This record gives sequence, C-alpha cells and structure tokens, in this order.
Amino acid sequence: MFPELNNLLNTTPDRAEQGKLTLLCDANTDGSFLVHHFLSFYLKANCKVCFVALIQSFSHYNIVGQKLGVSLTVARECGQLVFLEGLKSSVDVFFRAQAEPHPLQFLREANAENLQPLYEFVREALKPVDDGEAAWRCPVLLVDDLSVLLSLGMGAVAVLDFIHYCRATVCWERKGNIVALVHDSGDTEDEENNILLNGLSHQSHLILRAEGLATGFCRDVHGQLRILWRTPSQPTTQRDWSLTYQYKIQDKSVSFFAKGMSPAVL
Amino acid sequence: MGAGRGKPRALPTRPQYRASAEGGSGADPGGEAGPAWSGVGGAGDVSRPRVSGRRTGSCGLLPLPPTTAPNGSSGPSRDSVEWEGRSLLKALIKKAALGGEQVHILGCEVSEEEFRAGFDSSINSRLVYYDLFRDPLNWAQTGEALPGGPLGALQAMCERTDPGPVTVALDSLSWLLLRLPCAALCQALCAMSRQHACRGGGPAAEQLCVLGLLHRELHGPGPMGALSSLAQAEVTLSGTAGQASAHMLRRRPRQRPTLETLWFSVLPDLSLDLQGGPPLESQPHPDPHTPQVDPASHLTFNLHLSKREREAKDSLTLPFQFSSEKQQALLRPGPSPATSRIFYEPDAFDDLDPEDPDGDLDV
Repeated sequence: MFPELNNLLNTTPDRAEQGKLTLLCDANTDGSFLVHHFLSFYLKANCKVCFVALIQSFSHYNIVGQKLGVSLTVARECGQLVFLEGLKSSVDVFFRAQAEPHPLQFLREANAENLQPLYEFVREALKPVDDGEAAWRCPVLLVDDLSVLLSLGMGAVAVLDFIHYCRATVCWERKGNIVALVHDSGDTEDEENNILLNGLSHQSHLILRAEGLATGFCRDVHGQLRILWRTPSQPTTQRDWSLTYQYKIQDKSVSFFAKGMSPAVL
Repeated sequence: MGAGRGKPRALPTRPQYRASAEGGSGADPGGEAGPAWSGVGGAGDVSRPRVSGRRTGSCGLLPLPPTTAPNGSSGPSRDSVEWEGRSLLKALIKKAALGGEQVHILGCEVSEEEFRAGFDSSINSRLVYYDLFRDPLNWAQTGEALPGGPLGALQAMCERTDPGPVTVALDSLSWLLLRLPCAALCQALCAMSRQHACRGGGPAAEQLCVLGLLHRELHGPGPMGALSSLAQAEVTLSGTAGQASAHMLRRRPRQRPTLETLWFSVLPDLSLDLQGGPPLESQPHPDPHTPQVDPASHLTFNLHLSKREREAKDSLTLPFQFSSEKQQALLRPGPSPATSRIFYEPDAFDDLDPEDPDGDLDV
C-alpha cells in the first residue's frame, strides 16, 4: 500500500471503513497500481480478501505485493486470501466435466446470461467462518477488472447484476468492502462500457479515477488522480467532495503532489 | 444480456442510446439529483400534479392549481454522479408521509436499511417497502424473492395500494429500465394510475403520485424521451459552487410547459430547504485588483510609436492594396503618353554606338 495515498484518502489499515464500494477507473493510462494498493492495504488490515484476478497471473501480483510488503503466497496458505487466477482457471473450464460448476463457466456456454456461478464462488469464498471466532476483520472482494468481462461477451447489465449481488452479500449482509477496476476507453461508441462505468459510479462511495495527462506522456508526472467521495443516500449540505492530484509511480511507492507541483518542475 | 458469444462487446438486444449529459429540466417525481460527473435533477413538491391549494409549509413552494391530468404521475428526477438525487427523493417521500398519504417504495439500488436511514420512526412506520435489492433475480432460490421479477414486483405494487392519496416512489427507474423493455415499463406505469383510478373514488390526478429516480448518463434519448412524455414534471439536478439546483419542466394539459430553476439543499433530517437564487460566488467577475501588465514596458528596444510616426503609418498606402485612389488612377488615362524618361550623362569612357545592338535579330 502507498502511505501517501492513505493520507489522501484519510484512512489507515486500522481504521478501514466497512460496507463501501470503491470504484477504480482509468482513462488513457494504467490504473493497476491502485489495485495493488488496495490488495496490500486490505491484507495488512487483516481482512479476508477474495481476489478475482482476470488480467494478470498470481506471480505478477505476488512480485508487486512483495515490493509493497505483503506476501500473497503466505496469505493464500493461511486462508486470508482466496485467489481466482482467471488466466489459469479459464483453461480448466474446458477440461472439467460440464456438470461441475465453475466460476468462469460463462466462457464455455453459448448463451451465458448472467454471472451467477462467479457470484456463488465469491459468496462461498467470503463465507464467515463457522467456529465463531472472528479470524479476519471483514470480507473484501477485489476485482481486476470488470471491463474484461464485457470483452468476453457478457453484457453490461449482467456485470451490473453480478456487482449488485456482490454488494448485497459482501457490503450489506457481511459489512465488507468491494473494490473493482473498470477501464474508461473514452470511446463514446462503446455504450456497454459506459453503461457499466456510469452504473457503478452511481452505486459507489468512493471513486478513484486515474487519467493520463491531457498534454501527453511525461517522464516525471505519470498521470493525474481524481478522488470523488460520494454519499449515495445520505443528504449532505455540501455536494460530494472531490480532489485532484498528480502522481509519479516509482519502484516501491507512488508519490502524489498537487497539480503543477512536481519536484521535477519546481 | 450479452448479445452473443464470440463478439466482443456485443450490442445490447434493446436499443440503448447514449444518455444525454445535458441536464434538461424535468423533474421526475422521484428523481434524485444524480451525482455524476454532471448534475441530477431532483424532484420537488412542485412537480406533483396533486391538487393542493395550500402552501407546502416549510418548503415555501407555490401552491399548485388543481389539475385534471388523466395520469397522476409526476415525472422522473434525473440525477448524475456528482449531484445525487436519492436524498431529494427521500425528502419528497418524507413530505408525502407527513401529509398523511400512503407511501409505497420499490427499492432496487440500495438496501432497505440504507434507504430508511434518516427517516424518523413515525415516518418509517408509514412506508411500505418492497425490497428488490436483496435478491431481485431469484438467484438464491430461497423463495423470499418477490415473484415475477422486477416487472412482477411493479405490478404487485399497483395491486396493493389502497384507495386514497398515495405516493409511489421508484428507486430507481434506471435500474428497472436497464432490465425491462422500455415499452413494458411505460405500460406498467400507465397501468398503475389506471388501476388506482378504478379502485379509488376521485380522479386519478388527485390520488396517485409516482416519483421515479433516473440516472441520466445511463440511458439514451429514446428511453428518456419515452419516460419524459409520460411525466407531468421532470426535475433535473445539477449545481454550481457546491449548491444544488433543480431545473423543473412542468407540463400541464392545454398549457405551455413551464421551466423553472430552484436552488435547494436537503438537510440532514431530510427536509427541503429552498434558496432564492444562485450562490453569489458562482457569478464570475474580473478581479479589480489585478493590475494590467504592459508587455512592452521593460525592453531594451523601443516598440512604441510617436504621434507623428503613428500618423505617417496610418496614412501609408500599401503597394498591393487596391484602394479607390488606385482604381481612379487606373481608370483615368495618364496625363502624358511617355510615363518615364531616362536621363543619361555619358562620361569619357563610354562608347556610345548609335546602332541598335539587337538590329540583327529578326524580332
């Protein structure tokens, strides 16, 4: 986790909020550093994490996690982390008997209408331990990322239904958190992605949007992060609160600074 | 809803148009100002077609004239991500409940506890809540889900309302519109008011008020237009400088639609606070204290012109500019045929040969 980002979000692993949906969004840049941040953040916060990783392999996240101070191998072995490696298990779908349910079953079906098997997998993974002692603080679902589900043939409404059910189970029933990454291609022709992004934005409590700089690529400033805090149901006398920072990704950390205040420029 | 395998990002089976980002005025009686990267419409009491000659107390809203609209529903409140509208929806529900009406709520997007938060117990006891959040598609197969899916739940709501003034709140219309065909949703909304009119004694306009929340970035102009045409009032929420505003478009039968902008805020106890006008700091004005800097003041060379130089420059005629003087000069024949003469003074070394050197050329 990046301490500077924790400061911006005004949170620490000890004081993590519960029952929240955080939406990560990237436009014209790679927002995966936010996924690594939240993965290590929630592991350090002693939460049980279910990570649906559809983009990269386990070893990739493990290597980055080690730079940030968590070991995914150890977490998986002791049961804190349930890791669905999409790249590997998608091949298993074709070598299993068809009757056995598989979270990525929709890859095999011609007319998969919903992501219920994936939801059942998440529900099972984050089931509270029956022996009564609360080993982990709260369940967390992390998805990297949702846009790839659209590319695999699911419709935006199917993905929204999946997140709806995850919210009902993880956020409301078990008071856990969900963090999901969605790409914003900026393409107005891509209606499905826009429906997914806007639909999730309306349900989120926190939106982190990583954007590339409007002026192009820069060696010292890798992009801009917009943070929007939302309260979807509670009235606030002020409008929802938003901040914008620029950032530079280094080997083991990310440094944030106000716009135009990069150390390289000052 | 995937349109088919093997096609990335298959087009949805229902026509989905781009949601217009512009906040139109329009109040949906239930809309919330949506947070979105743009604003939302909120619905206010004024959007109700209810017959009410009295002032609505704390709001200070204008009394509504009696309406004889055939369908008693108010319009959608359109919100966006930045200006959320659910709090406005809840404020309207509170008003309806305090007015002694029955309030039926179809909750799809948030849990019942989250929706009921903020209402005090007397109001909460008057709200009839239909929970479509926990298991809308019956995946859990526990038998607790509302039968018939979202459409069945909507129809069941119609059947369970008692005669008398009733407010129906749909949170949200966007959720329903994404999962039901637009035509089926519109028909269900129309049927709602018809059934209520059949059951109750008075005209439907006085009895039934439907508030619906719409997130305007999610839908294209087609479905939005269809819902707007059903609505008697549309509230679109937006805002500037931290202050939320509601643009209300009211359609009354046989009258011109009226457009009104209200600045409001929803207080923590879910009462509506209307302000008179836009916040002062939203009006841009130039800062009088910033001195104007002259860029040509501290240079090592002179860029300024004296008065004579300026006059000479202004009176200069450019050689290739076709002015009226030039036109006259060309039109008028010259005063002498020989336009130019050469005066040559030969010196000692010049060899003047009177013969024409080009004489041998056959030109």
